[in-house]
Amino acid sequence: MSLAEEKVRGLLETMVLVRRFEEKIVEVYGAQDMKSPVHLCIGQEAVAAGVCANLKPGDLQFSTHRNHGHCLARGADPAALYAEFYGRETGCCHGRGGSMHPSFPELGIPGTTAIVGGTIPLAVGAGLAFSMRGQDNLAVAFFGDGASDQGILAESVSFAVLHRLPVLFVCENNGYAVASPLSARQPDPDVSARMAGFGLPTVVEDGNNAAAVYVAAAEAAARARAGEGPTFLEFKTYRWQGHVGPECDVERGCRPAEELAAWKKRCPVALFTRALLEKGVVDEAYVKDLYEKTDQRLDKALAEARKSPFPDPADIGRGVFAETGKADS
Amino acid sequence: MPWTHIYADKEDWEGLAPEKGLRSLSYVQALNETQELLLESDPAVFVLGEGVDDPGGVFGSTLGLAGKFGKKRVLDLPIAENGMTGVALGAALAGMRPIFVHMRTDFLLMCADQIANHAAKWRYMSGGNQGAPLVIRAIIGRGWGSAAQHSQALQSMFLPVPGLRIFTPATPYDAKGLLVWAVKSKDPVLFIEHRWLYGSVGYVPEGLYTVEPGQAVVRRQGTDATVVAVSHMNIEAARAARALSARGISIEIVDPRTIAPLDMETILKSVEKTGRLVICDCACRTGGAASEIAARVAEAGPSLLRAPVARVTFPDIPTPASPVLEEAYYPGAKDIARAVAEIMP
Ligand SMILES: Cc1ncc(C[n+]2csc(CCOP(=O)(O)OP(=O)(O)O)c2C)c(N)n1
Ligand SMILES: [Mg+2]
Repeated sequence: MSLAEEKVRGLLETMVLVRRFEEKIVEVYGAQDMKSPVHLCIGQEAVAAGVCANLKPGDLQFSTHRNHGHCLARGADPAALYAEFYGRETGCCHGRGGSMHPSFPELGIPGTTAIVGGTIPLAVGAGLAFSMRGQDNLAVAFFGDGASDQGILAESVSFAVLHRLPVLFVCENNGYAVASPLSARQPDPDVSARMAGFGLPTVVEDGNNAAAVYVAAAEAAARARAGEGPTFLEFKTYRWQGHVGPECDVERGCRPAEELAAWKKRCPVALFTRALLEKGVVDEAYVKDLYEKTDQRLDKALAEARKSPFPDPADIGRGVFAETGKADS
Repeated sequence: MPWTHIYADKEDWEGLAPEKGLRSLSYVQALNETQELLLESDPAVFVLGEGVDDPGGVFGSTLGLAGKFGKKRVLDLPIAENGMTGVALGAALAGMRPIFVHMRTDFLLMCADQIANHAAKWRYMSGGNQGAPLVIRAIIGRGWGSAAQHSQALQSMFLPVPGLRIFTPATPYDAKGLLVWAVKSKDPVLFIEHRWLYGSVGYVPEGLYTVEPGQAVVRRQGTDATVVAVSHMNIEAARAARALSARGISIEIVDPRTIAPLDMETILKSVEKTGRLVICDCACRTGGAASEIAARVAEAGPSLLRAPVARVTFPDIPTPASPVLEEAYYPGAKDIARAVAEIMP
């Protein structure tokens, strides 16, 4: 198998992992014991997969409330995520953070925040650190179209351009912030058109096409690593479930049913699977096997998470500060 | 009086409230109705915020308003809180009466510059020439793993900002009366709601009426200890009062209703009577309304006290996500009862 084929299969594996990871949350959420506000990324898997496949050790990525895919694509352990959503001590944040704040520093995920736009400058700061140290790493800021409403994006992009920092601004434009369409919030539906004025390359790509995402991110990463500065990547995609929680919000009148139906026809996982089948990179048996193995892995992770211990309530203050051996009064 | 009563539980309301002719509304209904009446009666009033016109309607508090008054007067906003607070303030300076709504108080930090540096000081900096009548509604979230960035109670951070009034209504009656007062006022008001109060019911008169800020209310008469309760802590205090009275301890519950201005007269009068003070705040321990009230009681006369002041607050820890840690994090009726019992002879 060629390197390219291996990469391509890797993309499919990641997308299937993310899809099934999220679908399992939909399945178990009704039991009401996963007490965490989950923001699912079903329908947007290609962006996480395509971008993260270009990252190497030492690169840092910063995500948002809708972070599950970004974490998994970077190699996060599903069991550590599920356990976190269940509020367990074995979770990636020991039950302190929940679904909105996963952290895997060893994988290049220092932490995650859910203040819209809040993490964009953090990627710029990481880029600044890499540049100051002459390091061949880059930082990724994942954010939604909603975050492009925030002034902090302009401040961050401008500074990154000024100092030619190794940053990928990755805007997952799914057209909505909660139930508010982009057209109600911005005069131009292309986020990148607004950004071009800052003097950095901007790319608009089909966010449901994993290969296109991968290629766009690869070019941007090469530029960043070569010291040529940041790139603004806008991926047009669509979220299938509601803003938060396992249900779809179409019945509640949050967006048109036809719109969702049209996007579902362009399912990123199905599109990519079909393309690989057509090209003969994988066959039906491989795909079937991939789903089975993924499911086994995730079912095990879920079961493990559910039987993990809760944090000790007496320990509630652990982690406010680094342990100093002395209690803060 | 019907409007001072806190109905801690549903049965409580069903048992006591439907006294003849008393109209009952939930807290969220009261908020919604108030905005509707204000939009109807004053063309300068408009409501703005993220999702104010969407099918959720900010937990129901703005539901239906966009349909009735149009999307111009019930204005969805981009997620740009800092700039948009300035936009709201600018509109206020130009003669409008904006009500800016936030689903979480956490987002107030994005607006902090416009609130603290601009709105709050506008009148004073202009030598009294120009006021800044901006009302900001923000909701304290709680539970279901909302965690460190979606369930903070950040009103404390605005307490030291001169020129800002901070309202913390605990009942539907106060929510309505204080919101009307805020929107009719000539100065900025931070209007802090609690998500867990949204379903609680109480007496709400029809039409517009105002509740004056800086007027605490004694929600329950008692003799052994004064329990000052802010916002949702009133519900917990009412429950604690029942548990304590079964043990022969009688507490007096005082709700300041607004933490800026603070009605110290009512609080001190109660402390004078009981000689004991427990302050329950919906906020972290340090630097909040509880600290401020304790300081003012100390200034007014520590000799009033027969026991040390006790505070029942969130700990100085970010809100944890895990349900077991949430349980440990939030103080409730039991903690209030324990705090009272500890300072009893
Ligand atoms: C500063 C701030 N304002 C408001 C919110 C509430 N909120 C959470 S997610 C969200 C929408 C974000 O939309 P987008 O950035 O497009 O991301 P998506 O949910 O579509 O992935 C909003 C308004 C928040 N978390 N932070
Ligand atoms: Mg979006």
